Amino acid sequence: MTEQRTRGIAPRSIGTSLDRVDGPEKVTGLAAYAVEHGADEGVSAPLSVWLVTSTIAKGRVSRVDPSRALAHPGVTAVLDHTNAPRLEQTDNGELAILQDDRVGFRGQVVALVLAETSEAAREGAALVEVSYEPEPHEAELREDNATYKPDKVNPAMETDTDEGDVDAALASAPVLVEQTYRTPYEHNNPLEPHATVAWWAEHEGREVLSMFDSTQGVHGVVQALAPMLGLEPDQVRVRAPYVGGGFGSKGEAHAHVMATVLAAQTTGGRPVRLAVTRQQMFSLTGYRTATISHMRLGAGADGRLTAIEHAVQEQTSVVREFAEQTASPTRMLYAAPHRRTSHRLARLDVAVPSWMRAPGEMPGMFAHEVAMDELAVACGLDPIVLRERNEPDLDPETGKPFNDRRLVECLRRGAERFGWADRPPEPRARLDGDWWIGTGVASATYPAMKQPGNTARVTSLEGGRYEVAIGSVDIGTGARTVLTQIAADALDVAPTDVELAIADSLLPSASVAGGSSGTSSWGSAIVAAAQLFRADHGAVPAPGLHTTASAADDPASEAYAFHSFGAVFAEARVNRWTGEVRVPRLHGVYSVGRVINPRTARSQLVGGLVMGLSAALFEESHRDPRFGHVVTQDLATYHVASHADVLDVDAEWLEESDEAFTPMGSRGIGEIGIVGTAAAVANATFHATGTRVRSLPLTADHFLE
Amino acid sequence: MPGVVRGTGLTMDIEIDLVVDGTTHSLSVDTRTTLLDALRERLQVISPKKGCDHGQCGTCTVLLDGRRHLTCLALAVAHDGAEVVTAAGLGSDGLHPVQRSFLTHDGYQCGYCTPGQVCSAVGMLDEVAQGHPSHVTEDLTAEVDLDDAEIRERMSGNLCRCGAYPGILAAVREAARG
Ligand code: FES
Ligand code: FES
Repeated sequence: MTEQRTRGIAPRSIGTSLDRVDGPEKVTGLAAYAVEHGADEGVSAPLSVWLVTSTIAKGRVSRVDPSRALAHPGVTAVLDHTNAPRLEQTDNGELAILQDDRVGFRGQVVALVLAETSEAAREGAALVEVSYEPEPHEAELREDNATYKPDKVNPAMETDTDEGDVDAALASAPVLVEQTYRTPYEHNNPLEPHATVAWWAEHEGREVLSMFDSTQGVHGVVQALAPMLGLEPDQVRVRAPYVGGGFGSKGEAHAHVMATVLAAQTTGGRPVRLAVTRQQMFSLTGYRTATISHMRLGAGADGRLTAIEHAVQEQTSVVREFAEQTASPTRMLYAAPHRRTSHRLARLDVAVPSWMRAPGEMPGMFAHEVAMDELAVACGLDPIVLRERNEPDLDPETGKPFNDRRLVECLRRGAERFGWADRPPEPRARLDGDWWIGTGVASATYPAMKQPGNTARVTSLEGGRYEVAIGSVDIGTGARTVLTQIAADALDVAPTDVELAIADSLLPSASVAGGSSGTSSWGSAIVAAAQLFRADHGAVPAPGLHTTASAADDPASEAYAFHSFGAVFAEARVNRWTGEVRVPRLHGVYSVGRVINPRTARSQLVGGLVMGLSAALFEESHRDPRFGHVVTQDLATYHVASHADVLDVDAEWLEESDEAFTPMGSRGIGEIGIVGTAAAVANATFHATGTRVRSLPLTADHFLE
Repeated sequence: MPGVVRGTGLTMDIEIDLVVDGTTHSLSVDTRTTLLDALRERLQVISPKKGCDHGQCGTCTVLLDGRRHLTCLALAVAHDGAEVVTAAGLGSDGLHPVQRSFLTHDGYQCGYCTPGQVCSAVGMLDEVAQGHPSHVTEDLTAEVDLDDAEIRERMSGNLCRCGAYPGILAAVREAARG
């Protein structure tokens, strides 16, 4: 495998709305998701697995009595910590299930039931009798217990930063905004519940584990599982041809994946399948921590910031640490000479938090951008003017020049389109029937990221066609389509001449579909392989030649800070009698590098805006600290936006190309749509009503007098 | 009525017939088996998806004896002889017009809610043609004016976590106009 320096590619298919290559399969439902594969793909007569989960938050399992379950017709086995296969490594506390009697959170896997049918497995799980020795637990995030300082915050960022003299600058600032902002627990809730099929076989004298898994990264699952199982990576094969959304929750393997693999180890090669229930997803498949952001903004009367402080309190799990990087966007968003950020966690006996769309940016920008709106009010400035006044010349975090920072253009373009100029400066100025009407704005930003460890292979086929292979996953983003376009342009052929092979860990390695880094990371590898293929084999290669390559880092790009930017505009109507909030308009304008496929890109950005709207108005998981689990654990009690909630939502982007970042000129679009959106809606409700709400969601009770 | 009953005292299996996308299947189901699991796990009919199993998301929607229906809330034994049309069986010749509109307007991303959205849209348009009002219908006696508010209201039983609602709305609007 070779590292190849890439050159920019001429866009031909890139920039066009090529039809999704997997559209017909999706609209008919013939696309096969994880547990939908049949005997023709090796999944014959699978056994069903059902999870038995703990009903205490902390303590020990004293006894598991499987007898009633085993007596139930169809149940074939019950596994618990006394008889489950042993793992070689157990340091990942989330994945090392059934290895000891410890219970670290309510909802943890304590036993598995295998059965001939899902009905029998489910009934069997209800019949397993588990006895516990409970211990006192702590499951409530409070300001007085979120005091633990992690070494790093996700993914590997500094926990704290401190520049200048923040306290002195705040003490002497003519204008001060000092407020606390809160975001609730949120659950990703992709519509396809997490699901895995696994079977063990022997191949040339070695054990081989095969899986279909609903994951954002097949190679990541191999890397997580193989060492724990004492296997070499080439003994594990993971495929994920279709994935019904993930939003971060399928970014890493969770406990149910290990449960399936352990169960499959006991069946003599017969496949087993496990689909996590919607209820179980609330304790087993990751979520966003609640956050408490203590913001202090110091500014001159002209609105120019002199000091920014963002002190975050949030939680992690004792079982496995995850520290959301909530203050990270505050480090680079606006100019100010004195700046300080920090993260402190409560370590609780609760389910393991993880990535949820724009971890860090989503809750952090809610706090920062509502605080900016408060500063605009305090200074008597238009919120857009305030943001223009605080544009930095260099990246405040690194001191490097931004490669392309077009936040102000996004704000101005959005303002024009949204009709911002007609906005009355005072809040509570427009009443239409029973509805107060207001508008709000917020900035959005997301770092441009490329992951290491990506390799692509190009093979010439008959008739001028090419196979392009990389183990990336399309979780609904459109990756299968845009990678086809990138490959076509890199090879200078039509998209129909490209056969794209993805979603299989036997293919060249690919990083996770996360951090808005997929297209940049995989696409750069594809361009590298295509350009090297042409250099080695020319424009008219014989069939059967192939080239495998990775994209070499460009040292020149080290000199710049790469970020995407956006501006979100919201109109809110708040009912004066009931407090109900409706959002008739929600528009985003983005600077994200070159857009590879306008149709799929619009869906990505609009999808992010819709999820941000959903967070603004509805989403909140209620944890009952007495028991330690989330009680709103289904889609009837955890509300997400539905058709009737989503009115005029639209996204547009600035024409641009960032070839210093990727040879395609693109920067990544999966997450920025959710960033700042809840703040824009909250700011619009303030403008409508004069009531400032500093916590999400913006439920009706906040607006009742 | 179901023809054969076999049981152990604890569970009971019953033979039923289902006509799925025009093909008749005879199958044995547990009395606990939902119509959704009968389709997915017994017949390997994967078009209807399972998003919640509790009637809260709409991904399992099919046309059951001609009307849109949540198959996770139906017991298979109660539907012996029923006719099921899934998104895979809607188009008599290739894709149904509603499906083509979904493609044109990108009314989906991950595709998991999509077969349910499509079946729901087809069933909903038929309800409108029959004059059924909805929660947002102002005049219950007049012909339904299928504006955007009506479409959104009538499709709200089908969640889309990818947030493809604007595309779905555009697709249904186009399909409704023929
Ligand atoms: S699976 Fe039937 S409504 Fe969700
Ligand atoms: S397309 Fe993914 S849930 Fe609707």
